[in-house]
Amino acid sequence: MTAVADNPAAVGRPIRRKEDTRLLTGRTQWTDNIEIPGMFHMAILRSPMGHAKIKSLDVSGALKYPGVHHAYGAEELGALNGSIPCVWAVTDDMVAPDFPVLAKGEVRHVGDCVAVVLADSAYEAADALEGIVVEYEPLPAVINMEDALKPGSPLVHSDKGTNKCYTYVMQPQGDGAYAASAAQADVVVKRRFINQRLIPSFMEPRAALASPMGISDELTLWTSTQIPHVLRVLLTLVTGIPENKLRVIAPDVGGGFGGKLQCYREEVLVTALANKLGRPVKWTETRSEDMVATHHGRDQIQDIEIAATKDGKLLGLKVELIANMGAYLQIITPGIPLLGMFMYPGIYKIDSYDFTCHGVFTNTTPTDAYRGAGRPESTYAIERIMDELADELGMDPMELRKKNWIKHEQFPFTTVAGLTYDSGNYEAATDKAMGLFGYEALRKEQEERRKSGNPVQLGIGISTFTEMCGLAPSRTLGALKYVAGGWEHCTIRVLPTGKVELVTGTSPHGQGHETAWSQIASDIIGVPVEDIEVIHGDTRTSPYGMDTYGSRSLAVGGQAIMRASEKLVERARVIAAHQLEVSASDLEYSGGVFRVKGDPSKEQSIQGVAFEAFTAHNLPDDVEPTLQAESTVDPQDFSYPHGTHLCAIEVDTQTGKSKIRSYVCVDDIGVQINPMIVEGQVHGGLAQGIAQAMYEGAVYDSDGQLLTASFVDYLIPSAADLPSFTTDSTITPSTSNPLGVKGVGEAGAIASTPAVINAIVDALRPLGVNDVPMPASPMAVWRTIQAAGGAK
Amino acid sequence: MPEVRITVDGDLVTDEVEARLLLVHFLRSNANKLGTVVGCDTSSCGACTVLLNGRSVKSCSILAVQADGNSVTTIQGLAGEEWHPVQEAFKECHGLQCGYCTPGMVMSTVDLLSENPNPTEEEIRDGLHGNLCRCTGYHNIVKSVQHAAELMKGGSK
Repeated sequence: MTAVADNPAAVGRPIRRKEDTRLLTGRTQWTDNIEIPGMFHMAILRSPMGHAKIKSLDVSGALKYPGVHHAYGAEELGALNGSIPCVWAVTDDMVAPDFPVLAKGEVRHVGDCVAVVLADSAYEAADALEGIVVEYEPLPAVINMEDALKPGSPLVHSDKGTNKCYTYVMQPQGDGAYAASAAQADVVVKRRFINQRLIPSFMEPRAALASPMGISDELTLWTSTQIPHVLRVLLTLVTGIPENKLRVIAPDVGGGFGGKLQCYREEVLVTALANKLGRPVKWTETRSEDMVATHHGRDQIQDIEIAATKDGKLLGLKVELIANMGAYLQIITPGIPLLGMFMYPGIYKIDSYDFTCHGVFTNTTPTDAYRGAGRPESTYAIERIMDELADELGMDPMELRKKNWIKHEQFPFTTVAGLTYDSGNYEAATDKAMGLFGYEALRKEQEERRKSGNPVQLGIGISTFTEMCGLAPSRTLGALKYVAGGWEHCTIRVLPTGKVELVTGTSPHGQGHETAWSQIASDIIGVPVEDIEVIHGDTRTSPYGMDTYGSRSLAVGGQAIMRASEKLVERARVIAAHQLEVSASDLEYSGGVFRVKGDPSKEQSIQGVAFEAFTAHNLPDDVEPTLQAESTVDPQDFSYPHGTHLCAIEVDTQTGKSKIRSYVCVDDIGVQINPMIVEGQVHGGLAQGIAQAMYEGAVYDSDGQLLTASFVDYLIPSAADLPSFTTDSTITPSTSNPLGVKGVGEAGAIASTPAVINAIVDALRPLGVNDVPMPASPMAVWRTIQAAGGAK
Repeated sequence: MPEVRITVDGDLVTDEVEARLLLVHFLRSNANKLGTVVGCDTSSCGACTVLLNGRSVKSCSILAVQADGNSVTTIQGLAGEEWHPVQEAFKECHGLQCGYCTPGMVMSTVDLLSENPNPTEEEIRDGLHGNLCRCTGYHNIVKSVQHAAELMKGGSK
């Protein structure tokens, strides 16, 4: 903190992004832009059925097509048909089915991989899929999670004898504690919320290119991933290629939102086939493939109940989830609901908490992380039921929240779920948001519209959220049975000519790390932002890293940058002292220059030190040449950003159409490195959270056909579907890291969904409505109104 | 195979192509214009938007043979000595994050502003509804378009 605060030249400024030059001129290196002479193009035959036995598979017909060189089914692939690992066995008895890269004898969801073709061009490879003959015997599919848990249900994995993946229970106050709370309560409100399935829908379709033509027999994989480092470890485990012979590069990556936090079958296929054939192999998905083959997110049935006194004091919270795993377990599929488990109590003081989650297999695309990963689901449930409790008690929903939230002077605060929130100021964020929103005036207008029977009603929705981010203290991950750690790495070096290389283990895909990381280092080292090159996303050039997800990159990676930069300055100080013939403690350092205290004419710049460290002609005896430093930081704890989100929405009770009139949020994400990037992250999160509330939802029919399998059918909002936002912030520095930063990547997506739905329900409450399904499309809202007795 | 002659960013590109070749694939593979990208397969996302004889089109929805004899401008041909004001404005207003939709978003904006140099927020939102962005929530894209309109009105570029 001190080094940054002493010289606040770059941190805190909305510096325009370095990344934008290449992105705005079309000089970007997307994976699909990379061509290697002699490469094969891979196309994949996918299951058209939700569940079927493969009675026979004959790939030989594909080989008769022009330009085709190879075709493989599971049998032809043989020992190369590895299994995708799940790295988060949440319970000792969790059912983890085999997840082969190509289906063996049975397909379990639409999009399941059946066979591949390698050809000279992508068009020829796609054509040749027509030559593959598959005889399917349809099997009964199970799509509905509750049906899947019933005795006699069709089984997704018949060898497992059950569709239940696991049951996880957490009762921090012991079995029976919630029942005791409920017994004392004046009011118990129970609700079932459906947190629907979403499709990440990053704009750059996935692509992967493996080339065996690296130096020293190295095999290089370029892939559109968020996790090049983690992926390399997993690919070694799956393919057997030694880790030191495998280089994974994430070049420019066009969005991820958790959807590229994965070890995908296609990545294994191109790697294994390139290695086997000694030829480069490339695959780029079509959007239609993406919709069925990229993991999905959310998809929980949430039974939640909350117990309170008649004056609104919260006593107990009970949550029982059914979480859809899909047909297989991807790398952290079963753990996603457990990331939410800790956050159901939100910002509130509650006496007892009881959590149960049942993971269940269905004949659908596997689920895994999607922006927020478990926390949007929990935040939705708690913020929705707070409104329902307020209604039951006849209280203003904001008053109920104020009565129960953790007061700013009570931090650090250990919640009923066992987390210790380090800092926060819910009062300050709420006051600011209420002022910007004009809460009282909107309530007045709402009252007038209700009185006059206006067919267009006004609703006001509140969401006061917090989240845990900065994944994660490695010991905590170990306690949760997650296989990897949560540290982050930075190496920083000053080159002989004075330019700086900052090597990070984070792997950005739109977050502007190249700019923001330069800002942090610039202030500490004292060199201009533009002199710092941020190197990332390549296991050869940035060998250590835990990559980018879970709003962790700044909160964890930022600490490594800070410490490495400070170490670098201390190394340089020793050399400068030697050059200037004084003791190191006699030197002051600012603006990139060491000066002798009391004799400022004697100075040495960091660039000068770097050159001396390079020539090594005159270094102190115990100092090694070159000027670089590194740091690997394991975070002490999570950080807890929070915020107050307010949504005013007009609902036409005759058509069901909802229109957001204003959306105000005040987020507290601690110290901000680049407020322009922060604001952009909030905007994007809001859009995705609002999209869950109003527009998006993956829909399967009872046979397992995905009915929303293209951008025509899956409604990603356009500019015309969204409002402008009023965003602001309060700054309560995190105390769990020396930068005082929290995380911002997921905040908007976590907070906004309940704000919007609370607003729609609020608009319709006089009509007897106390819930609307998501997405709250005009049809869904209209039907809800009809079911409640119609517009009045 | 038919031969096409398409002027791409000022240079004539002549090649024999399959009749089914999409213009976007011609631009990427035959003309080496990798700045233009593919985001979907249903003409929904607009990432592949280019100017065809000055008007925006989704290059995934046109065959290369249909563009024969015509002139295409991609994101790589937009800047002259200096950046186009729309490029400047997107950088200034943080109108992009991952940047994948950006080539299409920028080209659509160029067309939008040539048609309507002084659009309202609603006209901007409506005018760009054929271009999807997953990162920005469009807030800063709208601001970028407004800023570009101001820059262009100023006549500085």
